[in-house]
Amino acid sequence: MLEIKNLHARIAEDGTEIIRGLDLTVKAGEVAAIMGPNGSGKSTLSYILSGREDYEVTEGDILYNGESILELDASERAAKGIFLAFQYPVEIPGVATRQFLKVAMNEQRKYRGEDELTTPEFMRRVKEAAAELKIAPEMLRRPLNVGFSGGEKKRAEILQMALLQPKLCVLDETDSGLDIDALKIVADGVNALRSPDRAVVVITHYQRLLDYIVPDTVHVLYKGQVVKSGDKTLAHELEAKGYADIIEAAA
Amino acid sequence: MPAVQETIDQVRQIDVDQYKYGFETKIEMDKAPKGLSEDIIRLISEKKNEPEWMLEWRLEAYQRWLTMDEPSWARVKYPKIDFNEIHYYAAPKGTTGPKSLDEVDPELLKVYEKLGIPLKEQEILAGVEKTKIAVDAVFDSVSVVTTFKEELKKAGVIFMSISEAMREHPDLVRKYLGTVVPQSDNFYATLNSAVFTDGSFVYVPKGVRCPMELSTYFRINEKNTGQFERTLIIADEGAYVSYLEGCTAPQRDENQLHAAVVELIALDDAEIKYSTVQNWYPGDKHGKGGIYNFVTKRGDCRGKNSKISWTQVETGSAITWKYPSCILRGDCSRGEFYSIAVSNGHQQVDSGTKMIHLGKNTSSRIISKGIAAGVSDNTYRGQVSAHRKAENARNFTQCDSLLIGDKCGAHTVPYIEAKNSTAQFEHEATTSKISEDQLFYCLQRGIPEEAAIALIVNGFVKEVIQELPMEFAVEAQKLIGISLEGSVG
Repeated sequence: MLEIKNLHARIAEDGTEIIRGLDLTVKAGEVAAIMGPNGSGKSTLSYILSGREDYEVTEGDILYNGESILELDASERAAKGIFLAFQYPVEIPGVATRQFLKVAMNEQRKYRGEDELTTPEFMRRVKEAAAELKIAPEMLRRPLNVGFSGGEKKRAEILQMALLQPKLCVLDETDSGLDIDALKIVADGVNALRSPDRAVVVITHYQRLLDYIVPDTVHVLYKGQVVKSGDKTLAHELEAKGYADIIEAAA
Repeated sequence: MPAVQETIDQVRQIDVDQYKYGFETKIEMDKAPKGLSEDIIRLISEKKNEPEWMLEWRLEAYQRWLTMDEPSWARVKYPKIDFNEIHYYAAPKGTTGPKSLDEVDPELLKVYEKLGIPLKEQEILAGVEKTKIAVDAVFDSVSVVTTFKEELKKAGVIFMSISEAMREHPDLVRKYLGTVVPQSDNFYATLNSAVFTDGSFVYVPKGVRCPMELSTYFRINEKNTGQFERTLIIADEGAYVSYLEGCTAPQRDENQLHAAVVELIALDDAEIKYSTVQNWYPGDKHGKGGIYNFVTKRGDCRGKNSKISWTQVETGSAITWKYPSCILRGDCSRGEFYSIAVSNGHQQVDSGTKMIHLGKNTSSRIISKGIAAGVSDNTYRGQVSAHRKAENARNFTQCDSLLIGDKCGAHTVPYIEAKNSTAQFEHEATTSKISEDQLFYCLQRGIPEEAAIALIVNGFVKEVIQELPMEFAVEAQKLIGISLEGSVG
């Protein structure tokens, strides 16, 4: 589903290279965890996948379902099924969460040449998905992310993911700022979306989240490269020993 | 807000030309020669069949105007206006005044149809339109038709063109005209007093709640003309009226002048709600053409417990110079000003309000949302003052500015003056940019850039949009979306 080949990328503004020859393949149905120390390029990778313009790809390619997506802008990539759950979801004052959801769902449908959802159909879907994530209807009336607690923000991200039904889900540090109960709800939401035709990339600093979203593969990112790959036991190893050994081996 | 989707659709459909009301209609016109003189004023007065005192009032204003200078304190720049290059009167041939719908030139009716203004009472009554709105349609210098007059008459409400009112209700007009905005008020108001051609007159008698929304729709069509309309609205004791004004003009290379005066009078326990959706032609993307909108609007809360509320959505005009104000004369009276001013391209906006607290326990509220894009300049200028006797005067002001891109400017110029120690004035101001983070977040959810900006901007102005009558809120949202089309990229 996702194939990253020898990717090099830098910050557009000052030319700082962040991704330096990254290779990664994630198959449909797979849950891949990306781990690594601070500053290894984890969040940058999520932005580059989703098409943020602050970064420039200088070499290599990103294939999604066999096609390069480098020429597509962020909204086109989203409409084709790439979803990023943000580490820090952004506040949109004055725009009710429900209204935002409706606009997003219908814009994606429009891009794909589908009819807009009728209001009753939209309401039915939102109600169902919100209930699964224990989101109160009152929260849907509030402006998106404005005054939401850390847990509410992350649940709102997962709600959007559930409604937009993406094919490639990228979760950027979704566990940050969550207490254990919220973490479980979020993880349940993600697990409910696991399916043979969907891939999930979980970016995380800690093993903790991976106890709830169990990955098929684990990749260690360091200085903009994947320096080691393995199965879920690699995550436990990292938790116990830290990154030092792997970094040393890579250097 | 279901309108957001419509905003997006609308924005999509529009190509390079963003202004969809820019068409010109070929109608045979009856025009006064260019230039301003006593003779021209006599001609206007004669065309309108006015009483003698009206002519004298006009001439007095003209003499005063000759001694006045154009104001230069606003943050706007434009070449000097040659007041002798303007036609001060232009009317479709054969229209000396409003007629019944059947008599109106079908060409004119087509214009309003094209603009989406409901003039056909039968259709409205048959339920084609959901809400009943009475419309006074002003084309260049004259009112061509006023709808629902009969039905309003049954409720005792007078709604007609001001020219007609001068003939049919001279005592009312004479009693109130110029009592809020005097002849000598300012350069443009004085000019207006001398040459005003038409506008609407509303009188709601004691204790009557006007049974429908009233609305005047102004259209400038003719070249090189100025539109100088005058509107006078009186809500007698305990009355209520909601009034909406809309405006458009053809797309032209030359600038055209629109210098209106609006006077509102609310007596004891009366309430007037005045909403404007201003969409004059703003000029092209190089800043050529467009309307100069130099308008004096003022409401007088003359009676106790009276209330006047201004809501404005300003998207058009090359230059906007406009400060709808409230004089809070009656004890416990209340003034409100809700404004959205959008500027794009080369537009210049200098707008705001004045809240003059004279009576005891008066209160006012100002919510201003300025949105600047392109290379435009957007200034909020507001004055809040409490006079010596205005015990317990209260004001809350909130001015928020939103910048789109990095070549535009937003400025806030508040003047606050309290001569009474019991006055409580609060002022809050913010300036923000649509952040890259917000935009990227929306894009990542599959919302294309134009739609994302429309969504964020609609969120920003929501507080003010809520103040508009329902039907117009949708219209206003669309308009804001269109006005900002092409503001990024």
